[in-house]
Amino acid sequence: MAARDEIFTTIRRSLGVRGDERTRLGVVEDRLAHAPKGLIPQRGQVSGEARIALFAEQAESVQASVARVADRSQVPEAIAAYLRDHNLPAELRMGADPRLAGMPWGETSLSLKHGASDGSDANAVSHAYGGIAETGTLVMVSGADNPSTLNLLPDNHIVVVDAAGIEGDYETMWERLRATYGKGVMPRTVNYITGPSRSGDIEQTLLLGAHGPRRVHIVVVGEPAADAHA
Amino acid sequence: MSVHPTSPQFKANAGHALADAQLQRAMGNVKKGFIEKRRAAADRLPEFEAMRDSARDIKDHTLAHLDLYLERYEEKVTQVGGHVHYARDAAEARQIILDICKAQDAKTVTKGKSMISEEIGINAYLEAAGMQPVETDLGEYIIQLRNEMPSHIIAPAVHLNASQVESDFRRVHKHLDKERDLSQPVQLLTEARAVLRERFLAADVGITGANFLVAETGSSIIVTNEGNGDLTQTLPRTHIVLASIEKIIPTLDDVAQLLRVLARSATGQDLSVYTTFSTGPRRSGDVDGPENYHVVILDNGRSSMLGTSFEEMLRCIRCGACMNHCPVYHAVGGHAYGWVYPGPMGAVLTPSLIGVDKGGHLPNASTFCGRCESVCPVRIPLPKMMRHWREREFERHLSPATVRAGLSFWGYFAKRPRLYRFTTRLAMGTLGWLGRIKGQRKGRFSRLPLAGGWTQYRDFPAPQGATFQERWRREQDAGKRKEAA
Repeated sequence: MAARDEIFTTIRRSLGVRGDERTRLGVVEDRLAHAPKGLIPQRGQVSGEARIALFAEQAESVQASVARVADRSQVPEAIAAYLRDHNLPAELRMGADPRLAGMPWGETSLSLKHGASDGSDANAVSHAYGGIAETGTLVMVSGADNPSTLNLLPDNHIVVVDAAGIEGDYETMWERLRATYGKGVMPRTVNYITGPSRSGDIEQTLLLGAHGPRRVHIVVVGEPAADAHA
Repeated sequence: MSVHPTSPQFKANAGHALADAQLQRAMGNVKKGFIEKRRAAADRLPEFEAMRDSARDIKDHTLAHLDLYLERYEEKVTQVGGHVHYARDAAEARQIILDICKAQDAKTVTKGKSMISEEIGINAYLEAAGMQPVETDLGEYIIQLRNEMPSHIIAPAVHLNASQVESDFRRVHKHLDKERDLSQPVQLLTEARAVLRERFLAADVGITGANFLVAETGSSIIVTNEGNGDLTQTLPRTHIVLASIEKIIPTLDDVAQLLRVLARSATGQDLSVYTTFSTGPRRSGDVDGPENYHVVILDNGRSSMLGTSFEEMLRCIRCGACMNHCPVYHAVGGHAYGWVYPGPMGAVLTPSLIGVDKGGHLPNASTFCGRCESVCPVRIPLPKMMRHWREREFERHLSPATVRAGLSFWGYFAKRPRLYRFTTRLAMGTLGWLGRIKGQRKGRFSRLPLAGGWTQYRDFPAPQGATFQERWRREQDAGKRKEAA
């Protein structure tokens, strides 16, 4: 650990500290424990249907498409219609998410595959952990329910998100993640996804579908949360 | 084996760049795109200026407590089964990475975009050891095919035109149909997507950089638009994160502040497409993700910048706004700077990392117009720091003899104000008189002794009358008279 020791020694010498000063330790522990919120933009501070509308507007501004259904039972037909309308193959890969598994896929003629993607899938559906209205961002957490590869490898990614799970800003999403997983604990991967993959690397011309999905279609389900704090 | 700097030849590099028609055409895209997009994004967020203050304060706070946050970060990564390695310099970082790759018996190593990996020259090192490193960011992939360095920290191939990319793809992708149409950028993108998809799936190890490392959770964060970095760290058995010490950020809430200024300053997006938070290796029950998770933390001279007049440079979040707005960068492109980091941030950082003896030209390549500082999301006083470097270069007798002689000559007069006023009045008067009596080109000089560097490209205007100091005094007096009246 010679390298580690030397780096810490140089940092402390440069800062003129020893590393065991109580005030400094206190400041750091306090910040890590309480994670003070910074400046939160007004843009996302709306509730109810206005928040869902902001989420959709922001997502569409980055070339995602958004549909709304009243409840989970309508999701399979909404997805089948989307694939039909865009002349995409009637096939769909998904993980083990019980919310997805409980949907009436039998009412459609979609052929379903399950598990992680091997890179050859046309379409996949995932259930988002939530959404963030401020930037139209989807929040995906890894695991067998919604494998991370489904977010990245298929050509077309369809994401189901509960209207009640759409928050106004990133900070509220952190609160929820901490409540779900524990303070200081994160799922193995959290993907924030804001629109389909793109690149501007050739002559600064924006092109969709670089390495990730060419299309991102969002299906918002149900009613927004009855919101107390907005 | 790390990148050999050509920064000492900056003047020659810049001369070649100005004469390179392809480069000049490509650089036109920088001026058009980035500036307007950033302005529009900033305008869409009323709190943008206040958010820049917040971002600056977070970085300052973190740097002042860097040792402690690094320790907390390391604890968190270790708790979730990841490994943290420390590298004092490029050679140590290369060795750590090579050892991990060898232990995995790696053949193909995919890479997300990482400027640190350019700094340590990892690609050549892995190649020499018989492995195949594959850059997966489209721009990085293109320049890897051309055996070039990135010319911009977020748009590595910004110095190229589509036709150049087309001929590289035809040269390298020999297995594809010779008659295929590649005249449109989208066809180039589609071809790269298909070729690189194979590499992603074949990779044994994936190396990414990190935009941020979070002390609260032990997470590494990458921000991409293509999704390449995300595939690089999700698909292979082993994920190596390569990051420098100043990437540490205390909490997820602090990261949110920085994310709000990063993409807006860089590409003019409110948020990049993919912001991916990785915390340790695959968990029990996971069906994808890496089985091994390593973080290599590189110092390479940064810890010695703390507590000096260059500490503020460690606030940099690598958005590229300073170069996007720099008239010198626009004129010569990134390669002229001769090492890893171009533009204003490179002009400050390069002498810190490779020495002012090698990088000393770069802080001189500035008009001090101040646009870089005015757009920097973490408000780094770049012109002030370039001035510090000029002072050091002078103090260490590294500036050329002519510059030193000129400055001493000027200094002699500057320290004697009355003599200075007298001499400048005399010189300006003479020049003005010469300008008035000269025949065909009234008021301009096409040649002047000691000013050949200027008059080679443009005329020198003849002084119109009084010196600046005389005018200044007159205006002040006039102002006072007005006030009195």
